[in-house]
Parts: sequence; C-alpha cells; structure tokens
Amino acid sequence: MNAAVELAGSRTTAKKVVTLDEAVVEIMSDSGEGAQKCGQSFGSIAARMGNGVWTVEIIPAEIQPPARSVAGASGNRIRIGSKRVTNGGDEADLAIAFNEQVLLGRVNAGELKPDCIILLESVWAESPDPKIVAQYVETRDRLLAEGYRLHEVPMENECRKLVADPRKGKNMFVLGMLCNLYSLDMDLAREQIAFIFGKKAEKVIRSNVALLEAGFAWAEHNLAFGFRVPAVRATEPQLVINGNTAIALGVLASGMDICAMYPITPATSASHYLSDVFERAGGIVHQAEDEIAACAFAIGASYTGKVAVTITSGPGYSLKQEGIGLAVMAEIPLVVVDVQRGGPSTGQPTKSEQSDLLTVMFGSHGDAPKVVMAASTIEDCFYSMITARRIAETFNMVVVVLSDASLATAQQPFPRPQFSDDWLAPPIDQNPVPEGAKPYDWDPVTGMSRRFVPGQPNGMHTLTGLAHDRSSRVAYDPEINEQGMHARSLKLAALQKMLTPPRVFGDGEGDLLVVGWGSTKGAIEESVERLRAEGHKVSSLHLSFLQPMPAGIKEILQRFKRVITIEANWSDLPEDPLIDETNRRYSALAMLLRARYLVDVDCWSEVRGRPIKPGSICEVLRKRLVREEFRP
Amino acid sequence: MSTVSACLHHLVEEHPALEDYQGGVPRWCKGCGDNAILAALQRLCRDEGLRPEKTVFVSGIGCSSRLPHYMRTYGFHGIHGRALPIAEGIKLARPDLHVFVNTGDGDCCSIGAAHWIHAIRYNMNITVLLHDNHIYGLTKKQASPTSPIGTKSNTTPRGSYLDAMSPLTVTLGVQNASFVAQAVDWIPETLFQIVTAAFRHHGFSFVRILQRCPEFVGNMFEPWVHDPQRMLMLTHQNGVKVSPALQKIYRNQIEHDPADINRAREIASSEDPIPVGILYRNPQVPCYEDLRRAGMLRTTDTIRTSLEAELDKFTVWP
Repeated sequence: MNAAVELAGSRTTAKKVVTLDEAVVEIMSDSGEGAQKCGQSFGSIAARMGNGVWTVEIIPAEIQPPARSVAGASGNRIRIGSKRVTNGGDEADLAIAFNEQVLLGRVNAGELKPDCIILLESVWAESPDPKIVAQYVETRDRLLAEGYRLHEVPMENECRKLVADPRKGKNMFVLGMLCNLYSLDMDLAREQIAFIFGKKAEKVIRSNVALLEAGFAWAEHNLAFGFRVPAVRATEPQLVINGNTAIALGVLASGMDICAMYPITPATSASHYLSDVFERAGGIVHQAEDEIAACAFAIGASYTGKVAVTITSGPGYSLKQEGIGLAVMAEIPLVVVDVQRGGPSTGQPTKSEQSDLLTVMFGSHGDAPKVVMAASTIEDCFYSMITARRIAETFNMVVVVLSDASLATAQQPFPRPQFSDDWLAPPIDQNPVPEGAKPYDWDPVTGMSRRFVPGQPNGMHTLTGLAHDRSSRVAYDPEINEQGMHARSLKLAALQKMLTPPRVFGDGEGDLLVVGWGSTKGAIEESVERLRAEGHKVSSLHLSFLQPMPAGIKEILQRFKRVITIEANWSDLPEDPLIDETNRRYSALAMLLRARYLVDVDCWSEVRGRPIKPGSICEVLRKRLVREEFRP
Repeated sequence: MSTVSACLHHLVEEHPALEDYQGGVPRWCKGCGDNAILAALQRLCRDEGLRPEKTVFVSGIGCSSRLPHYMRTYGFHGIHGRALPIAEGIKLARPDLHVFVNTGDGDCCSIGAAHWIHAIRYNMNITVLLHDNHIYGLTKKQASPTSPIGTKSNTTPRGSYLDAMSPLTVTLGVQNASFVAQAVDWIPETLFQIVTAAFRHHGFSFVRILQRCPEFVGNMFEPWVHDPQRMLMLTHQNGVKVSPALQKIYRNQIEHDPADINRAREIASSEDPIPVGILYRNPQVPCYEDLRRAGMLRTTDTIRTSLEAELDKFTVWP
C-alpha cells in the first residue's frame, strides 16, 4: 500500500495544523446521500465564524442518476477564506467523495489541484461485487499514481457503529471530519445540525450530532494534518442565501404582489421559495400552463396597477418574447427575471452560461427597447428586484434582470438588508383622470407618460399592441407610428441620465481593462487583484446596467491601452484558420461595446458550463499582457 | 355635499345610457355578426349598470378582438391567442373589475387553445365570448379549427381536410367547466339573454356565438338563418326563456336543465339543428381567484413582518 494512504483506525500522534488564507473543498456523493447538505452546513458554520464563504452546488442533470456514476456527482464546492470570498475559486485543495466514480467526474473535469487531498469512502473495497471492487481499486491506484494525496476513510463502517442505516448519516460524519480538518467551532456545528433538523424529533438531532462528533474524532485520530483559515467575526448580521432565494426575497421586499411562472431549470427554485413565503405576505405565485401564459398573466396583473414579475430561464424567455413586445408597445411595466443556463435550445439546463444578453436586449420583433440589468453577486440578486420594480413603474417599461445558474445556486454571506418602506410599490392610483388627459401623453424630452389603470374614472381607453397615438387610438398615420417609437426609445435615455457612472476596480488608467457583467464579477476582480500584485497595470469594470449603459464608459475605455471582455458566452477563436477580423463573432458585451463606443474591444470567453475560474482569467490576461509594450 | 351617503346616493342615481359604453365607430365589414355581439354587450353593460372604469374588455387578435376599441370602458387589445391569460392576470390582481374576453375561433381554438383549456380549469370569474365564424377573417380567409370539413379557403382551395372542432364539447370536457352556452348573432334577443346569464354566473362563462362573416363565408349559416326549424332552442326555468314572439318563429324547443352535464354534452355534439341556450351551469365550482386570494392581506406591515421572519431564517448573527 502506498505510503500516502492512511490505514483505517491507525492512530496518528501529533496533528500538524497549517494556517491558510483560503481553502477550496469539494464534497461529492451520489444524489440523495446528502453531500449538498453537508457542504452547505460547512459553509454556514464557516460563515458564522466570520470566514468569507462562497459555495457552489454540484448538480447532476438527472433527478436519480444511477448510483456510482461519473455523471451523477452531487455535492458542493465550498471556498472559505480569511477575507471576503467573491467566487468559487480555482481547483480544489481537498475533496471528499462517497464513492470513487463521482470523484472521477470531478477529476476528469480538472476541478482538483494536482496534489489535492482526497478523502475517499473505502467501503467499496469490501463490496461483494467484484466489479465494484475492481473499479474502486483501479481508480484509487490511478489517483495515487497521479500524485493525489489520497486517504481511504471507512465512513460507512464508522457510521454503522452509531446508526442502522449509515448511508443516511454519512454526510454528518463527513461534516465532523471537515470541522476537525478546518478547525471549525463544534458548538456552531451542533447548532447547525439542530437548525437543519429543527422540524424533526430530538432523537434525529441527537443521532446526527453523534455522527458529527464521531467524524470529528476519527479525523482527529487518523489524519495527521489540519488547517486553520483565520476568521474575523463579522460585526453586523450576515445573510447566507443563494441567488435564487435572494431573487425571491427581493420580489417580496419590492412589494410586488404577483409572480407568474412556469417550471424551468435553473430558475424554478426562486419560485419554489417564493411560493412558500409569498402568501404569508399576501402575494401570489401563479404557476401558469406555459411560459407564454406566465408572461401574459404577469402583463395582465401589471396592467391593473402593480408591477408583476415573471421568472424564467433561456427557453422560457424565448417563449415570452412576443408578450414582452406587447408590454413594451403598450408601455405596461413588467419585471422579467432570466436565470441563464447553457444554450441554445435545451442546451445545458443545470449549467451556467451568459448567453442570453443579446436576446434580452434585442429580442422580440421590431424595435422593442427595454431595460436590461445583470446581477453580479448574491446581494445584487436581492436589490436588483427592488430596483427593477421601481424602474419598471417609473418608466412604464419592461425590465429584464439577468442572473445565471452559478448565482442561482451559489451562496455568499452579505449584510442583512434593512427593510425600508420605500422599497414597496405605492398603492394603486384610483383617482379620476383629469379631463382631457391622454393615456400616452408622451413627454417630448423624456418620452414618459402617465399610465391610466383600470378603476380610474375618465381614464377609459383601449390599450393595444398596435401602433397607437397619444389617445391610444390605432395609428394609421406614419407620423404617429414614429412618435410612439420615438417616445419608447427616449425613455431609455431618460433612465440613463439617472444612472451613476460605473466605478473602475483598480486604477482608472493602465495597460489593460477587463470588462464584465453578471456572475463573473468576483472571479474577474480577484484576477485583477492577483495581477496587480504581480505588478501589472490591469483594472476591471463591471456593468450592472447593460441597457441603457451608464454615461462615462467610453472615457473609461479610452484610458486603457487595451480592453478585453471576459464572458461566459461563445466567441470565435482568433487562432482558428478561418477566423479573422471580418468574420469573428465576438462575445456579447464585446460586440456591444465595440458598436456603441467605437473602441477596439477584444474578448475571451469560456462556455464550459461552470463558473469561470480566476486562475483561468489570470492566465488569459497574462498572455495578453506579454506583448512587449505592456510588460510591467 | 360630499358626505359618504351623498356619494353613495350619487352612485345609485347614476344611470348610464348606451352611449356611455360606445367607443370608436366599428370598422367591421357590412353585415358582420360582430356588430350584434357588440350591441348585446353594450346593452348588457347598461342594463347591469357596470361602471365603465371598472369594466375591462380583453381581446386577442382577429376581427373579434377589435371589439374593445368600440367600447367606452377599459380595453386591452392584446396579442394573438393570449387574451385569456392576460384576463386571468387582471382578474387575479383586481377581482373588483368586471372582466370580459372577446376571442375568435382562431384566437381561442387554435393559437390560444392551451390557454383556453386551462382557463376553463381555473374557472375565474370572467365572461368569455367566442366569436365563432368558422374562418380567419382579418388575415383574409383561411380555414380555422371550426371550419366545417370541405370549407374552401385560401389555404384549403380544394376544401378543408379535417372535421371541425366543436368548442362546446371541448369546453364541456374539461374539469371545472362551470358555464357553457351557445348563441347566434341572428337571434339578438336570445344572444342578449345568454350573455346576461353568462355575466351573472360567478365563474368562467363560456359563450360560443355563431357569427356570420358575409365577406368570406357568406353562406356558412344561411340554411339555419332561413330555416328556424333547424335551430334547437333550449328552454328551462334555470336557463333561457324564449319570448312568446320568438316562440312563434323558433318552434323547435326542448326543455334542458343546465345542471345536467351529460345531456349538455349530448346537445353540444349536435351540429344540426344548432342548439341555442345555456347548455351547462354549475355555480358550485370554486373560482381560482377566490381560492388564491382567500384571506389575502397585504400591507406594508405584513410585507415587513414576513420579510424579517424570512431574513431571520438565513441570518448569521455576529
């Protein structure tokens, strides 16, 4: 047996605890074995201790993938740090796997560091099925040969000493091991278990705490290493939720009354959560018969006074487009959330991508100007909903909020929001409309008009998706068609005047500016930090408003020698033999920046379905910086 | 004086006239059956004393769907096939509004068919008028799902291939159907009676109105228009009462209790004679908005309290 393999039960004497700035841990099991619960608990405990935390769910595409399959890995990646953590980080430092097959999936995907510590359930070596034993031995030996620091852990056998069905409690045993390995506070861990199983019997909590303690003890006695990621206790309360929960809470906090949706991955969990909590606050989640109906339903509800929201992902967004065009044309405020996934078509439903940007900006036939925002952090997911509602209502516009699969399932602590009354929508105006007022009395400068809602005496008019005049009468006159088009477009300019210019991360000028939007913010800024520490003159700019884009961007772009966007949507590779300047398809934001600001913007993108790693970005940027003139 | 009772008195005293519900001048073709439907609805609004600002006519796309423009109430001329989900959103958000839907055989039974099926099931308190002329009019004569087999149109120059769909049997086949009636544009008195009963029904009232399109299928209903014996009048004390004057013309009558769904399905299957009257009514079917809004209370305080309670669940305290 290889020297690196610990013998089960053998006692190590002195435990060496190494202090780290940060650590990336992955926990994987078959679906339903509880690795996710374990990972999230690990993150929560670390967050309570004051560590920066980012957790990412590892989700198989199937509900019940076959046991012990490479594609069936279900679990969590948890990155903890001494400082604030803004993304899932690079390759994992430590991986725990409930079987060798789910581990293989992550190894093959390049998710583990070359010398990653692996704690592998060893029960498979004793399987009565010789095929399983062979698979286990083969994988174990391969990983050892490749240099991974693999430790076999008799998880199941240890758990069996405490519970009848060890498969059910293994995850808490693993949590205990992690608490030991990362020097987490066991009292907090016990509290965490009480919190998770709060609804269940005291007996369940006791049994899980026993497993936790057994895991801790086993690691204490059998693993000679340990780590400590020092933490500074937060001084204010922090919220630990994922992006979809943040969207749902944002809907609640924005005072919107109605959410109409149709189930779609990865957006649906926002509506699940909202369904659970909304009604207690008098709101309603309507599960419509399809995406089109969900959009139309939300439009109908919005039309009567209070902005409604519809939450979806790419394919659903495609279906909603005609309805969105109606809302644009009739100037009915509406909030649409698109939790992006891999596309086109069914694409990669559970994986992350940023490939809907151009669709949401330019989609729906005809000229249909709408506001597009992109949440870039979990906290942003929450506040974006409040902002979106307010913009929709102020400008009678459709506001699309983009999130994506990586934000949807990632968790990061952020300061607990302080409720404010002005987050909420005002009551519906039911006062009579002044005599002579028109439903589309477009302001010549801003394009804005007052909206008449049903119930307002004197406001009766028929709203229509046809071109219409100020009185909402169908326009047969070419001039009137232009007037409406003009007004609807002007509203974006009016909003733009209200936006604060974006802030550059790093110096305001330099050799290279990295521009991004959405969930890549943390990874981009971390890469910029690393490269600046190496002496490079790199900064970044992250856009929350994609349409309209705030003022001041062109000036920022011009202060850098080169500009590049980093995005998770496809862009042609300049090195491909057929690709040149005249046919290269740029990433979405790069294309927009080039078109709008006449600045030469390069791009680099990755569509691997996973969050872009800061290490990958650093590598790309270093290559771009190697050019003689930019060498620091 | 502006005391509450004075205001209430004012409300009671208000008697809107037909003109108060008349909007733009209809631009339908000469002899179009939609005019009869418009007249019936304007009369309904007046006779029921519906406040124009509390009334919304929602439509999709097609000749039928121009109707809201000709009303002086709130109107929502939406997109093709989606009138029903729009109307549902309106009703769920604002149950205080009277919501009507004007839709056609293309709008409802073809592009909007999925919404139609589910609207029946939601059973929201909405009055739906299906203007069924068996043809696409606004797009200039294409076969619709209700075109009788053999209908010659621009897309079926040698005659349509499939048997017509029956909107009545479809509606009666869906769970939670609560009001199904049929009227024809050429018997305005009965049309008015039926839309009134539909409006008064608390639930999803579906009225299929056979409507003539003289422009594209001028002869479609001629045999029935000219032979009153080919009309089957459904009468019942809980249904429509045929006036003595009409009784003389439409002598082909049967007693039909609208509570009897099996008989309703049988009658609905008859294409000739054309049944006219209330086929089915069940006031006991719960309305979606009543289910969803029960006990709904929404104030700044309820929102704050529930938000704080949720935040508590996820807060890590220092």
